[in-house]
Amino acid sequence: MTATEQRPTVEVGSPRPRKEDRRLITGRTRWTDNLAFPGMLHMAMVRSPMAHARITSIDVSAAKESPGVVAVLTGADIDAEQGSLPCAWPITPDQKAPPHKSIAVDTVNFAGEVVAAIIARSPAEAHDAVELVDVDYEDLPLVLDLAAAAAGGDLTHPDLGTNISAQWIFDSGEAGTGNNVEDAIAEARDGGVLIERTYRQQRLIPSFMEPRSVVVDPTREQVTLWSATQIPHILRLMLALTCDISESKLRVVAPDVGGGFGGKLQVTPEEVITLVAARRLGKPVKYTESRSESLMVAHHGRDQIQKLTLAAKADGTVTGLKVELLADMGAYLGLVTSGVPILGAFMYNSIYKFPAYRFDCTNVFTNKAWTDAYRGAGRPEATFAIERLMDELANELGMDPLEIREKNWIKHEEFPFTTVAGLEYDSGNYEAATEKAKEMFGYDALRAEQAQRRASNDPVQLGIGTSTFTEMCGLAPSRVLGSLAYAAGGWEHASIRMLPSGKVEVITGTSGHGQGHETAWSQIVADKLGVAFDDIEVLHGDTQVSPKGLDTYGSRSLVVGGMAVLAAADKVIEKAKPIAAHMLEASVDDIEFSGGSFGVKGTDKGVAIGDIAFAAFSAHNLPDDTEPRLDSDATFDPVNFSFPHGTHLCAVEVDTETGGTTVRKYVCVDDVGNVVNPMIVEGQVHGGLAQGIAQALFEEAVYDDAGTLVTGSFVDYLVPSAADLPHYDTDRTVSPSSTNQLGVKGVGEAGTIASTPAVVNAVVDALRPLGINDVQMPCTPHRVWQAIQGADGATPAVASSEQSVAGTSGGAE
Amino acid sequence: MTRISVTVDGTSYTDEVEPRMLLVQYLREQLGKTGTVIGCDTSNCGACTVHLDGRSVKSCAMLAVQADGHVVTTIEGLAVDGQLHPMQQAFHEQHALQCGFCTPGMIMQSIDLLNDNPNPSDDEVRHGLEGNLCRCTGYQNIVKAVQAAAGGAS
Repeated sequence: MTATEQRPTVEVGSPRPRKEDRRLITGRTRWTDNLAFPGMLHMAMVRSPMAHARITSIDVSAAKESPGVVAVLTGADIDAEQGSLPCAWPITPDQKAPPHKSIAVDTVNFAGEVVAAIIARSPAEAHDAVELVDVDYEDLPLVLDLAAAAAGGDLTHPDLGTNISAQWIFDSGEAGTGNNVEDAIAEARDGGVLIERTYRQQRLIPSFMEPRSVVVDPTREQVTLWSATQIPHILRLMLALTCDISESKLRVVAPDVGGGFGGKLQVTPEEVITLVAARRLGKPVKYTESRSESLMVAHHGRDQIQKLTLAAKADGTVTGLKVELLADMGAYLGLVTSGVPILGAFMYNSIYKFPAYRFDCTNVFTNKAWTDAYRGAGRPEATFAIERLMDELANELGMDPLEIREKNWIKHEEFPFTTVAGLEYDSGNYEAATEKAKEMFGYDALRAEQAQRRASNDPVQLGIGTSTFTEMCGLAPSRVLGSLAYAAGGWEHASIRMLPSGKVEVITGTSGHGQGHETAWSQIVADKLGVAFDDIEVLHGDTQVSPKGLDTYGSRSLVVGGMAVLAAADKVIEKAKPIAAHMLEASVDDIEFSGGSFGVKGTDKGVAIGDIAFAAFSAHNLPDDTEPRLDSDATFDPVNFSFPHGTHLCAVEVDTETGGTTVRKYVCVDDVGNVVNPMIVEGQVHGGLAQGIAQALFEEAVYDDAGTLVTGSFVDYLVPSAADLPHYDTDRTVSPSSTNQLGVKGVGEAGTIASTPAVVNAVVDALRPLGINDVQMPCTPHRVWQAIQGADGATPAVASSEQSVAGTSGGAE
Repeated sequence: MTRISVTVDGTSYTDEVEPRMLLVQYLREQLGKTGTVIGCDTSNCGACTVHLDGRSVKSCAMLAVQADGHVVTTIEGLAVDGQLHPMQQAFHEQHALQCGFCTPGMIMQSIDLLNDNPNPSDDEVRHGLEGNLCRCTGYQNIVKAVQAAAGGAS
């Protein structure tokens, strides 16, 4: 075995084209919906058109008689088996949550909720029979407006006696991490600057490209469930608990999964119903949602009202921030619904050093699809708020937005820095990233052009937006999750199997669905063990193959999962050393490992790791008391989060005659620490930017007065196309993370977190001369035009954000 | 049921299909051509794009019976003897895919685009692909891949 000879160069840091691409570009993929088994049945859902109603009767007799129909299940039919869908995050001991049935039993609480399931021999026959189910509903009062719901009035769940699920507060004065924010506000009122704004985080739909699909085969001892999920391991445990099945009798497989973005971080009604149906009927059952169903019922994201008070001294030094948040849960609590705003709680202070902070979040039920994690989950909302406020503060004081930021941010020599929210930021260099971004952007030249266009009253105005973000990622230290009452830990697991032929299997508990884990993990192991990239196979996403793991979300896979892989590789080397010493007739203390080969110090004797793997396999001549294998496992629990940061600069042109906004230039310099594969990292940034820009300009889930989702197809929900998005100029600075041995930070969510405020700041900057200081997202031509019309004349109609919330909502509320 | 004869990826098929069956359903369910996928129900996303007589069509917006007598090429028919089509190779080299779900349709549409315009500008590529949605890549590397394939072909 001469593995070292096949090695190209150092893998980590190299822009390796991905090994997972081959099957994806040739169509030899296994999406869940591709699966077929003999006798497989197909399921279709009868969904409520009503947003809040009592079910008075369900007549399924005609559906049962329909050709090909095998069974029709209602909530009453399966209530003993379906349990209640889980929420893993009781953020307060008294958090209120209604029972969450997969098939509604008595009442429906949002439009799209399942009221019956049809199982038939073909998908077409199942869908035909959906039309034959006759459900009578009795209207109940609709609760659709978040602010009104929080204030009282009609109830989403009368049994709870309130629309408030929980209130969660962090106060730096009380926590001992800083001062009392009310003192800071009082001081600012008296000679300082106070910026008071209300921002709306519109409701978004994750819109992964692969619609969710689930197949359950009940025909073996272990029931197997394939699902288009991000979380096969969590799903297995949660389904076992929900449906009262022994965890050991359930195998969950996430085959190729077509994107997630948090939207497939869920335990879904459809998974439970398919599982129940397959077990009942003893046959494989498949359910694949349509895009319309997906938009309507796959959980949504964001949907918050942020009331913000920023206190500063007259010189621009920020002294405190108060955040009063209303977060729309929708009708139920999903897996981490209630915790999403809390993930933002620690990020409102962002990269700044201000000494007083209070975060007061109220979680509220409404008759809409439930919300849950969507790319960034809480952190985009926090970053948007603080970065918009910093621009407002700069404007108030007549300062440059970057200057006001620099005045308040943590200097590179001040790391590690403990923030007012109690986190310890380990590393970063905001000066370096900003300097580089400014240069790439041509900041001064664009400011000069802006001044010229303003002076000439150009109908197309130029706006420049900045966003200097950070985030906490690499979810998460288990102790921290415990302190926040999250039900699980945040470790990750990996195994390495050294095969007799010298090939290597890496088993990871992460569950990639586009992130390139197969490539990146191979690069890490290739360097560590000195084996060829192509000799490494990365296995994941199947609880029978990878029995232990916590899956993929929260920019955690490399930071936590990659570290577990590295730790497992270290153990392989340690296990191989005594065998190498034995083979080389040397002392273990004299054995050193590099480049895939074990050598004896001071000699040229050596043996390749592949040869040791074979020696361990044959076990003919091992040292006494040596286990005949090199295979190793490791579970890594991070001690801290990692804190990527970056400076994003956006230039937009706003046509003041049409309201149309065009992104002219987008520059970002991100610091995600060390990088395993720069091509993959850049791709993650691009995709993140697209989603953040989409929140700023295009996307919004809109409900009508009856609680019906109006944006229920891709005709109306504006996922941007290539023609809608700009070219991105990206670069990096490198401040290695000190919280993990690889020195890496997360990158999956960075672009999304950073870009939304950069774009909105740019739009507002373009409109400042008109007296406009906010445009509610998404900044559509209609909203921009309305803001301009309102601003025409003596009194700016959109002079404050609160007015814009009321005045330019565009029908969302 | 209606009898149709279709050539798909070089093989001739004669099948009985329901008149309402979509071409994409015929490809996936009857022929097992699961490389072609379904991403929406309004013909917006383009994930199901295939070639019909050499021109791109969204196979969810067409009935199987309409393909009677025609030649269909799917993503599975592009590589010849294990040799990737230049567009497939370019998508790989330029990291123009992440989850890969939109990729079959995106590649089929990109080939059609170059057939019409062998040397497209950045803007022409973007407009040529506006009927195909990708949620992962932010499109920049897709544009690069199409231009790389154009350069390789010329």
